[in-house]
Amino acid sequence: MADLLIELFSEEIPARMQKRASEDLKSLVTNGLVEAGLTYASAGAFATPRRLALSVEGLLDASPTTVEERKGPRVGAPEKALEGFLRGAGVSKDDLEIRDEKKGQVYFAKITKPGRPAAEIVAEVLEHAIRNFPWPKSMRWGSGSLKWVRPLHSILCILSKEDGAEVVDLEIDGIKAGNTAFGHRFMAPKTFTVSGFDDYVTKLKQNFVMLDPQERADHIWHDANNQAFAQGLEVVEDKGLLAEVAGLVELPVVLMGDIEEDFLGLPPEVLQTSMKEHQKFFSVRNPATGRIEKFVTVANRETKDNGATILAGNQKVLAARLSDAKFFWENDNRTVARDGMEAMSAALANVTFHNKLGSQAARITRIASLAREIAPIVGADAEEAALAATVAKADLSSEMVYEFPELQGIMGRYYAKSAGLSDAVADACRDHYSPLGPSDDVPTEPVTVAVALADKLDTLTGFWAIDEKPTGSKDPFALRRAALGVIRLLLTNDVRLHLDRFVDAQLLAHQIAVADENDGIIDTLKEILGEIAEHGVFGAAFDAISDKLSDDEKAAVNSAAGGVPDTSEDLLAFFHDRLKVFLRDEGIRHDVIDACLVMDGNDDITLLVKRARALQQMLDTEDGTNLIQGFKRANNILTQAEEKDGVEYSYGPDLKFAESDEEKALFAALDTAEAEIKPAMEAEDFTAAMSAMADMRPAVDAFFEAVQVNADNDVVRRNRLNLLGRIRDICLSVADLTHIES
Amino acid sequence: MSETVDKPRSFQEIILRLQAYWAAKGCAVLQPYDMEVGAGTFHPATTLRSLGSTPWAASYVQPSRRPTDGRYGENPNRLQHYYQYQVLIKPSPPDLQDLYLGSLKAIGIDAELHDIRFVEDDWESPTLGAWGLGWEVWCDGMEVSQFTYFQQVGGHDCRPVSGELTYGLERLAMYVLGIDHVMDMPYNDPDAPIALSYGDVFKQTEEEYSRHNFDAANTEMLLKHFEEAEAECHALLAQPAEDPKTGKRIIMVHPAYDQCIKASHLFNLLDARGVISVTERQAYIGRVRTLAKACADAFVQTTAGGWTPEVEEA
Repeated sequence: MADLLIELFSEEIPARMQKRASEDLKSLVTNGLVEAGLTYASAGAFATPRRLALSVEGLLDASPTTVEERKGPRVGAPEKALEGFLRGAGVSKDDLEIRDEKKGQVYFAKITKPGRPAAEIVAEVLEHAIRNFPWPKSMRWGSGSLKWVRPLHSILCILSKEDGAEVVDLEIDGIKAGNTAFGHRFMAPKTFTVSGFDDYVTKLKQNFVMLDPQERADHIWHDANNQAFAQGLEVVEDKGLLAEVAGLVELPVVLMGDIEEDFLGLPPEVLQTSMKEHQKFFSVRNPATGRIEKFVTVANRETKDNGATILAGNQKVLAARLSDAKFFWENDNRTVARDGMEAMSAALANVTFHNKLGSQAARITRIASLAREIAPIVGADAEEAALAATVAKADLSSEMVYEFPELQGIMGRYYAKSAGLSDAVADACRDHYSPLGPSDDVPTEPVTVAVALADKLDTLTGFWAIDEKPTGSKDPFALRRAALGVIRLLLTNDVRLHLDRFVDAQLLAHQIAVADENDGIIDTLKEILGEIAEHGVFGAAFDAISDKLSDDEKAAVNSAAGGVPDTSEDLLAFFHDRLKVFLRDEGIRHDVIDACLVMDGNDDITLLVKRARALQQMLDTEDGTNLIQGFKRANNILTQAEEKDGVEYSYGPDLKFAESDEEKALFAALDTAEAEIKPAMEAEDFTAAMSAMADMRPAVDAFFEAVQVNADNDVVRRNRLNLLGRIRDICLSVADLTHIES
Repeated sequence: MSETVDKPRSFQEIILRLQAYWAAKGCAVLQPYDMEVGAGTFHPATTLRSLGSTPWAASYVQPSRRPTDGRYGENPNRLQHYYQYQVLIKPSPPDLQDLYLGSLKAIGIDAELHDIRFVEDDWESPTLGAWGLGWEVWCDGMEVSQFTYFQQVGGHDCRPVSGELTYGLERLAMYVLGIDHVMDMPYNDPDAPIALSYGDVFKQTEEEYSRHNFDAANTEMLLKHFEEAEAECHALLAQPAEDPKTGKRIIMVHPAYDQCIKASHLFNLLDARGVISVTERQAYIGRVRTLAKACADAFVQTTAGGWTPEVEEA
């Protein structure tokens, strides 16, 4: 057994690539070794800014010898075939064995592959790994042709056993593998020899390098917290930043510094963002006040002055950065306090949202009028919602958000407050982008809900109107996310709303926006838009005014907006697809959703989901599953009979033709079920309706058990078919169970 | 705690030390290019000389203009006219990082006391059709240089690869000299009989150019000049390689490239005047890139670009 140690020493590797690179090195090398027959006990990979390291323990000294048997041509086959076989197998004719097979005598060759020493295999595998390393971006340097993330300077590659270490013989583009490593760039820039992994880690430590990124991160976090705690403060947790900073240093030295008094009045989000983005500083908070008061920076070396010069320099850079932020903050606040948020949003008229969808200002106007219409449905004041939508994106033209785009919304809330607007409006500025990710909190404040829905619906209809829909993995405008956002907003807030109506209206609004040049038709389109509120969908609204239109006008409307219903239907189908994905995570089957999708009101997402949840719940019971079987049986018999007889059995069956007790009992059960289902459906109490439906099961089962539907007496037969027709009608009034898979 | 290295005292001393350092390391110390450029990279000693296989080592100061960065001389560190110090070595030597750290020491940054870091920063110039990988170099959290290994210039793969170093001189000098406002920085020796600050030299010009760039530059004229420079660049490159008068192979790459530089600066001025919309912007950048690529294509057909009659035959 031997242990393998590899170190690839280069110029500074980007922090964000280190973790993945160490994992890739491990899998490329260990997979290569195993494929070549070299198994091992354990392996670990590490990265610092300047090195990738891999330690493999308990590696076989050599790959095992293998013997392979290969079947050749028949004895007496043409000489050429035999020659080819011998060449391929690498043996001579004398080595062949002749065996008796069913179809005659056949040549067999035994090919023995001797095992190879570990060093030889390691050299091959490592060279292959280096030449084919999957860096996200790699480069050439000097006159060479080798590609690496940054210039590769040295390769350490040794196999160590109890009796000493052996350097693996390997040379890649002039870099010869050895047994030496380098210390810290500044604190110990010399080389040292290494005999194995433990020796390597110890000597690196002595030479001021902490090899394990987790150890560096832990050290930073621990030290930063200790220093903060000593002053009654706490470090604001940021795992991404911690991992990044641990990838920027080989020797983490934690230094805590002050933020000048002048800047402490800035919003905490501004301080945090500026310090993180520009300087990679951690924020240190006063737990009592929530204020950010200090920062933590991580240096890559110890100094004679205990970091005083480094800290002073960092503080100075921070002060310059924060003076910029303070300048923006004061300017922005002055603007809105004096002239309101409108002063800020005015500049959005010159900002293009999308070249086919007009300016940000035009977009905001559309969102505001949609928010005004949605407001009453979600319990918000219409004017407040429209105002919130009008100012919600104003901060996009603030100086602060220009500098720090990630503060969009957050600054809007501060500026709305400075402008003297209500908390509901200010919160909508911040929260109307939510939910972004699938696990983000969903806003519940009515004004925010109205603006968030309007914003997302406008975006979706806009891109649908210009046919820029997501395809495959491409979704550059995050439309899937927007649709999921709409779904979650509706469900979380139990909002009852017909998407059709708003989608049609907003699609038309987009058509009006692009048709602006052609004013002849614009007034008619606007009139139809007004009618949609009354009539629900585009088609009905168009019909409502079509009497007043000349044939030419009708044709013009058709050419400008005739596609609205189809586009709307397509977008609704997209919502339904997103809904299926969303509900799948909740354990609701796709066929359950399909059974509900074909029912009326499928553009009301909340209603749809209520129905689907109730159906899934029913299917999870024994009665439910059996009822489905009964329904299917009834439906199959009916379908066959209807096809044969050429009639539809949907007339009411008559009790007087019922012969057996089971048949009579089914009449009674259907009466009971119907009496419960009808009011429950009217009250949209799907759970009650489904449970009443499931209750029919014993009677249905008993009926099929005892009764022969296709009776000889035709009157009785038809009556029974009509009875089955009633089962079908009752079930289909709840959901289309034909979609349910057994 | 005092630093062990000897500190420069003025802006010009930092420049002089960089010149002396890189001269001692074997670079040809060139002079600034005599045209308005946005960055030291535009100097033909970098853009064109990074192409082809002929070895090259040069360093120079390059006055650089970014019209949109004008702040009338009031912002402590933003200027529409500033200086870059540029080093280009082809092929990039294996010890380029150490050479660079040596240059910091030469201007008074003692690595024993400061925290110097190479932080990922990939460089791309859409107008030059160029990109490379490297870092921004941080000193105590402050960006003091750009360090790039050129991979492509003007659409051509760089073989061999050049190493490029760019120092933002004002910012670097302010840091080394401990100055908070650029205009307060000593330009020459502060004990000289006539001591001049950076403001004495440049405050007035910053004001004048800020007004000019933002409000006064004649946009119609600029647009016309842009078109002319573009047309001239193409026209010069369209001439046959053989000069009819001398019978020699003379491809007019540098005169054509001058027109490309001109177009680039005119675009920057138009941008500062706010007459270029977001959509047009991409189109203008694309037009300048087309010129840069055409010049790069032509340069590799010249002797300095590695062309020989043998190459031609092969």
